[in-house]
Amino acid sequence: MSVLAAAASTTTLVLNFGAVGYGLAAIGPGIGIGLVFGHAIEAMARQPEATGRITLYMWIGFSLTEVLALLGLVVPYIFHAS
Amino acid sequence: MTGAVAASAGSCDVFSAHLFSGCGFQAPGLQDFYFKPLFTVDGFGFTKPMLVAILCVIAVIAFFWVAFRKPKLVPGHTQSLGEMGILAVRDQILRPAIGRKGDKYLPLLVSLFFYIFLMNLMELIPVFQFPAMSKTGFVIPMVIAVYALYLYLGFKNQGAWGYISNMWPHDVPWPVLILLIPVELLRFFIIQPFTLGIRLFANMFAGHLLLSIFMLATWYLASLSIGLLFAAGSAVMVLFIFLLELLVDLLQAFIFTTLTATYIASSLEAAH
Repeated sequence: MSVLAAAASTTTLVLNFGAVGYGLAAIGPGIGIGLVFGHAIEAMARQPEATGRITLYMWIGFSLTEVLALLGLVVPYIFHAS
Repeated sequence: MTGAVAASAGSCDVFSAHLFSGCGFQAPGLQDFYFKPLFTVDGFGFTKPMLVAILCVIAVIAFFWVAFRKPKLVPGHTQSLGEMGILAVRDQILRPAIGRKGDKYLPLLVSLFFYIFLMNLMELIPVFQFPAMSKTGFVIPMVIAVYALYLYLGFKNQGAWGYISNMWPHDVPWPVLILLIPVELLRFFIIQPFTLGIRLFANMFAGHLLLSIFMLATWYLASLSIGLLFAAGSAVMVLFIFLLELLVDLLQAFIFTTLTATYIASSLEAAH
């Protein structure tokens, strides 16, 4: 009896665009951060005496790129539809 | 059975929710960033983030006051620590960006760095456990102050038209300038201060949410069943997120201060 009742009921799928939006927003910065650190490691391997300066620019580049991924986390709260 | 009883009793708050108790996982969200006032004075509610911010200000001022109250040539313990902090900001942040002529901005950068760093660290200290920089009300005045400072310095040192025209290179063909000038003006006057503030705010917001989710999940899963295994896994994740947040706190303070120094440097430099 309960199986028939369960089969007869309809389920609605609720799509949370905020979550999907964050997933899409994390693609670009994921690639970007990989590029930043990859090139920094290669540069440090080519010229180890410049490691300090390269590390400084690496962290600056990382934070500028990551802000876009974090914007994907906070923007659903800004644009919430209710 | 017990699930239905607990859910129908209507008490599904964060403390009583466990696995298999009928209440779903009470996920942290935006409501966790709003606090009831600790006390109210004439309709103005004094909340926990304000308390955290005031304590950080008092701590930073008190530390540097005590360190340099009676400076000696051979420093004692506190003065040595204070000197290490100031020299770290000067040599890693100020000198690479501005050079020796920027030494008069050292008090500003030292205050910014240690204030932001301590406010961020409050996320991890047990009793407070709230990064006050995750409320935009604490970030926006700092951004406005930095914005006003480097705009004032730019207009004073390079003249109004000189400062604005230095934002784009001059020896490019004019069809490129049609696209370049609006983009550069937009970036400079609107996007730069906006991202300076939102970088700090979003990092702290996301960090607090991450830490909250894993801590609440540890408590939620800790029922006397297979849930204890998952609760242990969640506790390990709390440790990882703790270490990550330690790095992010230091990095965000460093980045805010470095970008402030960079913007001041671009305001101070003479015309190309």
